[in-house]
Amino acid sequence: MSGALQTLIDQPYKHGFVTDIETDTVPKGLNEDVIRLISRKKNEPDWLLEFRLSAYRHWLTMSEPEWPNVHYPAIDFQDISYYSAPKAKKKLASMDEVDPELKRTFEKLGVPLHEQAALAGVAVDVIFDSVSVTTTYKKKLADVGVIFCSFSEAVHEYPELVKKYLGTVVPPSDNFYAALNSAVFTDGSFCFIPKGVKCPMELSTYFRINTQESGQFERTLIVAEEGAQVSYLEGCTAPKFDTNQLHAAVVELVALDNADIKYSTVQNWYAGDENGVGGIYNFVTKRGLCQGVNSKISWTQVETGSAITWKYPSCVLLGDNSVGEFYSVALTNHKQQADTGTKMIHVGRNTRSTIISKGISAGESNNSYRGLVKIGPKAEGARNFSQCDSMLIGSRCGANTFPYIQVQNNSAKVEHEATTSKIGEDQLFYFASRGIDAEEAVSMIINGFVKDVFTQLPMEFAVEAGRLLGLKLEGSVG
Amino acid sequence: MTKPDSPVLLDVRGLHASVAGVPILKGIDFTVRAGEVHAIMGPNGSGKSTFSKVLAGHPAYEVSAGSATFQGGDLLALEAEERARAGFFLSFQYPIEVPGVANAQFLRLAYNTVQGARGKDELDPLEFDDFVREKMKLLEMDPAFLDRSVNAGFSGGEKKRNEILQMALLEPSLAFLDETDSGLDIDALRIVAHGVNQLRNDRNAVVLVTHYQRLLNYITPDFVHVMDGGRLVKTGGKELALELEARGYDWIQKQAA
Ligand SMILES: Nc1ncnc2c1ncn2[C@@H]1O[C@H](COP(=O)(O)OP(=O)(O)O)[C@@H](O)[C@H]1O
Ligand SMILES: [Mg+2]
Repeated sequence: MSGALQTLIDQPYKHGFVTDIETDTVPKGLNEDVIRLISRKKNEPDWLLEFRLSAYRHWLTMSEPEWPNVHYPAIDFQDISYYSAPKAKKKLASMDEVDPELKRTFEKLGVPLHEQAALAGVAVDVIFDSVSVTTTYKKKLADVGVIFCSFSEAVHEYPELVKKYLGTVVPPSDNFYAALNSAVFTDGSFCFIPKGVKCPMELSTYFRINTQESGQFERTLIVAEEGAQVSYLEGCTAPKFDTNQLHAAVVELVALDNADIKYSTVQNWYAGDENGVGGIYNFVTKRGLCQGVNSKISWTQVETGSAITWKYPSCVLLGDNSVGEFYSVALTNHKQQADTGTKMIHVGRNTRSTIISKGISAGESNNSYRGLVKIGPKAEGARNFSQCDSMLIGSRCGANTFPYIQVQNNSAKVEHEATTSKIGEDQLFYFASRGIDAEEAVSMIINGFVKDVFTQLPMEFAVEAGRLLGLKLEGSVG
Repeated sequence: MTKPDSPVLLDVRGLHASVAGVPILKGIDFTVRAGEVHAIMGPNGSGKSTFSKVLAGHPAYEVSAGSATFQGGDLLALEAEERARAGFFLSFQYPIEVPGVANAQFLRLAYNTVQGARGKDELDPLEFDDFVREKMKLLEMDPAFLDRSVNAGFSGGEKKRNEILQMALLEPSLAFLDETDSGLDIDALRIVAHGVNQLRNDRNAVVLVTHYQRLLNYITPDFVHVMDGGRLVKTGGKELALELEARGYDWIQKQAA
């Protein structure tokens, strides 16, 4: 039966194809000249070049973190190309102008880039390699004053806003990968929701890594002013390659008084083959700052891909009564490794945080939850609730939970619960004895396991995520 | 009532089976005809649960010799789920808990899968809800059990009732009830036994694995078998159960030795 279980989860990666588009790639290697070249290619203002250079100089003094519970051969940072852009880069007025090859790629992925997507109420800012190719529904958003554009565009159109907030949540010196990103980031998304505006639609970005061996360094910045509300969706797929691809994104969220930001991710990057060859290294820094009173930031993630995931979407709860949430499903299979979790930093009074983490390990994978709940001395009445559950499929995988709790205020209340369960032979036999085969049984058990997280996803994303887990778990039972 | 003329549902011949390399079943012959009730009694560890799990198709148990014919086909050639769809049912001695999976969802999937395999109509969630609530009434089960996770946190007796509810939904032609009476109080025993009796007809059959006469007061067996050391060492009528209750198993073990 465990053999049957294995075939079931050994479903090959469906999105493993390479799009044949000419790209403009800088030679491998990293130095100040490369950074200047990137900045020049992107026609950037001097202050941004300075931001990059100072980040780079800081990065040179840092070393890679070794504390995560992941193992991989040393990365040669000089063996990576730091910039790649689709060559046909002229501004597009409508969807008709998008490269048909690119369109076909998105169709294969099931990304609703065409008009239906827009009709469905989703504005898609498509990131292809590092440069935004097209942005839809900008006008409708503009009518209410919402800015949703590529990061490069924001640098030119809204330099004051970018300058005001860039690096305020994740300073370039924050960690090794954040520093690297700050030095070489090529593009990403920028969202600004002005005071009192409830964003009329969910904002969605599909990322796709295309050029072999081109490191990906996206930069995302979302600012919600007083009383503003936004729900942002990030979805990713990548084609199949034999060499590891480094991905080190930085996402910064800022919520002012009474603002509410919901950030959802479904990640399905190439995880390597069943021997662990190839696959994406995903070293991401995501952090939200609840700067204002009564503000709220909620992270929901469904992580199913990448060879290695190192990711801790966090909340700094600065404003009094602010709320941070983290809902996570991380699925690992074969030789995948994930070390993921969150940090909830309670600074203000009556700040509250909730952590719901569901780890699913199969094959020979290793899945670690790492979470920090920190209650500062002034966080009077702060509360945290954490629930960390692990599910093991088969007996060769591993799950770990590393909860760190630091409390510096006696009035705070911190609760942590953890469970580990296993889809074992006897559970599957119980289903079988009622006529239900192993594939359906696993799918039903997994769906039950992740329910508390999936209910947090926006409707259309929940469907996509459900399909994704199904894809990881489908296959013939032999 | 014994049914010498009714069709044979299950015919087991010389069945040997082992688990983890240890032989447990050592040559079992066992025949069940439509309309019959059999009781299998015997000391703990004699192989009663193993026998029912082997027939249900548990992958950990290896059949080393013998045959099992179910409704004319080779039972042992089928996967566990195919046996269930074909009409074999096992009420577990220790039903497993499945946290996170709603009982209603599980029951409906089981029902629809088995219905589909039999070429019958499936039910949508609303239709199924009405249907299952009717069945629950028969077993005097609180509908609240539909919303809870499968068996999770159920008491021993509640788990057993949930097993019989599944039997009521799947309408098997042959049901093995492995110590379904253990852990039931007097009222629950009566309700469950009543439920089982309601499901009986002249086309199906029930095998009761039990230690107690009290169940057999409600469901009268046509045959009582004694399992010992992986064999059925004695077979008699319903009076054998009374004798076992009075005298224990010693005398049979001596007789068999
Ligand atoms: N998975 C297993 N591994 C090893 N021994 C087992 C296993 N299952 C059952 N046995 C052994 O098989 C024998 C019969 O067990 P069982 O069929 O449960 O008996 P009963 O139901 O009659 O009490 C016991 O000695 C028991 O320890
Ligand atoms: Mg038993």
